[in-house]
Amino acid sequence: MRIEVLGTGCVKCKTLYENVKKALEESGTNAEVAKVEDIPSIMKHGVMSTPALVIDGRVVFSGKVASVAEIIGVLG
Amino acid sequence: MLKRTADYIVFTLLGLAPGSRAGEALDFFLYDTTKIFLLLTTIIFVVAVIRTSFPPERTKRILSHKREYVGNVLAALLGIITPFCSCSAVPLFIGFVESGVPLGATFSFLISSPMVNEVALIMLWGLFGWKIALIYIGTGLAVAIIAGIVIGRLRMEKYVQEYVWEMRVGNAGIVEQGFRERLVYAREYTLDLLKKIWPYVVVGVGIGAFIHGYVPADFLARWAGRDNPLAVPVAVALGVPLYSNAAGVIPIVHALMEKGMAIGTVLAFMMAVTALSLPEAVILKNVLKNRLLAVFFGIVAVAIVFVGYLFNAIL
Repeated sequence: MRIEVLGTGCVKCKTLYENVKKALEESGTNAEVAKVEDIPSIMKHGVMSTPALVIDGRVVFSGKVASVAEIIGVLG
Repeated sequence: MLKRTADYIVFTLLGLAPGSRAGEALDFFLYDTTKIFLLLTTIIFVVAVIRTSFPPERTKRILSHKREYVGNVLAALLGIITPFCSCSAVPLFIGFVESGVPLGATFSFLISSPMVNEVALIMLWGLFGWKIALIYIGTGLAVAIIAGIVIGRLRMEKYVQEYVWEMRVGNAGIVEQGFRERLVYAREYTLDLLKKIWPYVVVGVGIGAFIHGYVPADFLARWAGRDNPLAVPVAVALGVPLYSNAAGVIPIVHALMEKGMAIGTVLAFMMAVTALSLPEAVILKNVLKNRLLAVFFGIVAVAIVFVGYLFNAIL
């Protein structure tokens, strides 16, 4: 599984990144996590409000800091 | 009822004399802070629930390839309900222009979204009353619509950074949320926002209360009254660096109005605080060339100064 955190480097984006790490740890899921900060890559996903969470190329959340529980919910 | 509770605490429990400076200032502070926090909590929550139905991806589709006027009016209106934070201004701007939203309509959105925001409206309603809040919404929308039309007419597409037009934008689709999820989102959003703005509200109302109790009436009438034509532009210039602190600025301005600041000057000042911000300009520099950025700021500033003079003349 490949998880991407999209955001231009604001505080909210960092919080989301931390939440993703916690969610992976708590659920014992193995996944590759990447921060995506450059505009062209963010736009490629069609995301207009950051931070956004992308799992295997699919936008799961955008414009909000998903909680650890919410992220575990979508890890499937 | 809130007023009576505040009166009771200050004049009966604490035994301060009604009419005394400390008593009046404290009474004013208690009453205004409780009223504002009640309003903020309920209204931000309701607005957050409504917003879940208008993600920017949907707004973009509605505005795509709209004609002048219709597009600008819709963009300004959608600016009120589409969630927007200046940190996503760049992806939002690119998403809009790439999907065929006209440049003028994009600017109508970018102007109205921060200016006609719920926090500023709640503070205005709570402190100045619904009439001023409505005037603010009306003139804010008018500024956004007119400035957007002017920028559209100036044909400034070539002053958008080139890479914006070459960008390939994917289609994210809209993640639909269930009703329960929306309520949870709204709760989180409300708590987050309150956590962020409460110190500004308390400090702002505190300073306002001090002014209310200690500064002589008509203190400002000479400088900020309607007879001083320089008051409006000076107020607009002062508003630029006070970005995003509408929550703290509005209570202070309310107290200043009691001391003789004219209403048009007050409106112009608040619009400058919310609509013209240096951090937003820095962020927008990523997508706009200097000339378009200057035109954007210039047109909005002129429109706001005009609003100030207009209301000083008619109210």
